[in-house]
Amino acid sequence: MSPLSPVAAIGRSTLHLLAMIGRVTRYLGETLSHIVRPPLYWREFLAQLMFIGYLSLPVVGLTLVFTGGALALQIYAGGARFNAEAVVPQIVAIGMVRELGPVLTGLMVAGRVSAAIAAEIGTMKVTEQIDALTTLSTNPMKYLTVPRVLAATLAVPALAAVGNVIGVMGGYLVAVTRLGFNPTTYIKNTVDFLEASDIVSSLVKAAAFGFIVALMGCYHGMQSGRGAQGVGRATTNAVVSASVLILAANFVLTGVFFTE
Amino acid sequence: MIELRDVHKAFGANKVLQGVTLSVDKGTSMVIIGGSGTGKSVALKCILGLVRPDSGQILLDGEDVTKSARGAKRDAFLARFGMLFQGGALFDSLSVWQNVAFRLLRGSLKRPKEEAREIAVEKLRRVGLKPDVADLFPAELSGGMQKRVGLARAIAAEPEIIFFDEPTTGLDPIMAGVINELIREIVVEMGATAITITHDMSSVRAIADDVAMLHGGVIHWTGPVGEMDDGDDPYLQQFITGSAEGPIEAVR
Ligand SMILES: Nc1ncnc2c1ncn2[C@@H]1O[C@H](COP(=O)(O)OP(=O)(O)OP(=O)(O)O)[C@@H](O)[C@H]1O
Ligand SMILES: [Mg+2]
Repeated sequence: MSPLSPVAAIGRSTLHLLAMIGRVTRYLGETLSHIVRPPLYWREFLAQLMFIGYLSLPVVGLTLVFTGGALALQIYAGGARFNAEAVVPQIVAIGMVRELGPVLTGLMVAGRVSAAIAAEIGTMKVTEQIDALTTLSTNPMKYLTVPRVLAATLAVPALAAVGNVIGVMGGYLVAVTRLGFNPTTYIKNTVDFLEASDIVSSLVKAAAFGFIVALMGCYHGMQSGRGAQGVGRATTNAVVSASVLILAANFVLTGVFFTE
Repeated sequence: MIELRDVHKAFGANKVLQGVTLSVDKGTSMVIIGGSGTGKSVALKCILGLVRPDSGQILLDGEDVTKSARGAKRDAFLARFGMLFQGGALFDSLSVWQNVAFRLLRGSLKRPKEEAREIAVEKLRRVGLKPDVADLFPAELSGGMQKRVGLARAIAAEPEIIFFDEPTTGLDPIMAGVINELIREIVVEMGATAITITHDMSSVRAIADDVAMLHGGVIHWTGPVGEMDDGDDPYLQQFITGSAEGPIEAVR
């Protein structure tokens, strides 16, 4: 092994990364250009809305109710160190609505939806169904990508909104049953404390995460290599890249919304 | 008329097409034969623009279609074609009749649902499938049935140019006969131009006006089907007789 080979390896992976960023950007541009041009395939769009939104509700709800509960316990225990146990409702609300609600919803949807999208489109790719779509005068971007991206961008904020409420409820249940909080005061403190900007930021984040999830699922599915192995790799890549991009986007959006 | 001029296509180091030149007259039936993996399917995909050739020209009625047209022009181009894929390529999220009527349910050829379904059932009947398969899903069909649904989909919108990639592979001899006859009928009665890929020599004789043999990345022999047996080309003769002995190596 030559002494320069680690350098070459770094160079190679950098080039790979740049090429991938280029391809994703081009795919993004193409997706956007198809979104704004008719036709929209309504039936596919509604089916995706159902699949992404409604059918993700149980997993998102369960994730957030437990997280809300744990959050309340942690804040109570941590707050006790400097006699600030009373702030549980406020911190649960802000932590849930601003960060954990949208991020965990995005991550759960990334696991469930971007994997499913990548597997479906990847299978269609390797069984020539994408080619068949083209020969039947149907643009695969319009028929497959646009409905999924639009549906996810609309459905994930709705999911996050419900998830936020469930998460806050999780904190409420723990606080009221285990930590001795007064139910009415808890709710009042939560509602009084939250501002409109908290909720808006939560929904905007969720919309961005939904867009990322569907885009990554479609992109990696369309890029899928040949055979079952190709589809498997596409699925993994979709979940990993969607998750990482969600966390990165969350950091950027938090910076945009909450730094004066 | 479809014309390929010196078409090259490589996948990485794998040089598949190395100067394919071929012309198919309007309203005739061309059959392409050749060993497994010689690039027959790739050649058809090049014509449709699903695979972009590295070099060479593809002309449709004298117009170069290699430069990827976009938008309305590409739509108009594709609307003239029907294609049966080697693997069927049925959409597994749609029922059989929705697969067959895919083109009739959206886009420029859109028509009412009942009418589209009627046409689908009629096309299914022509490929030897009963109306009750119409509501099944592709995964519920046998391999040969899937192939025939793919065939019904390719001909559903009555395109003027149809490509059949191994239409009779996986079918029993009787059904293969039915399909051969159907393809012949489409060419003679509807005046369609057909390119068929097949390994089945009895199919070749039943379907073809002209035959082309692809070997080594080029069209090794082409001519009317009647001259196929008189040809003294050893490659062609080995292929027709299916002999293991000859110039074509068995390990490729
Ligand atoms: N998308 C692709 N990427 C990489 N290689 C490909 C691709 N499509 C085809 N090939 C390669 O091109 C060659 C020709 O493939 P093709 O499917 O055209 O063969 P064929 O003549 O149709 O064979 P068969 O009779 O078995 O169907 C094969 O070596 C195949 O591996
Ligand atoms: Mg083939």
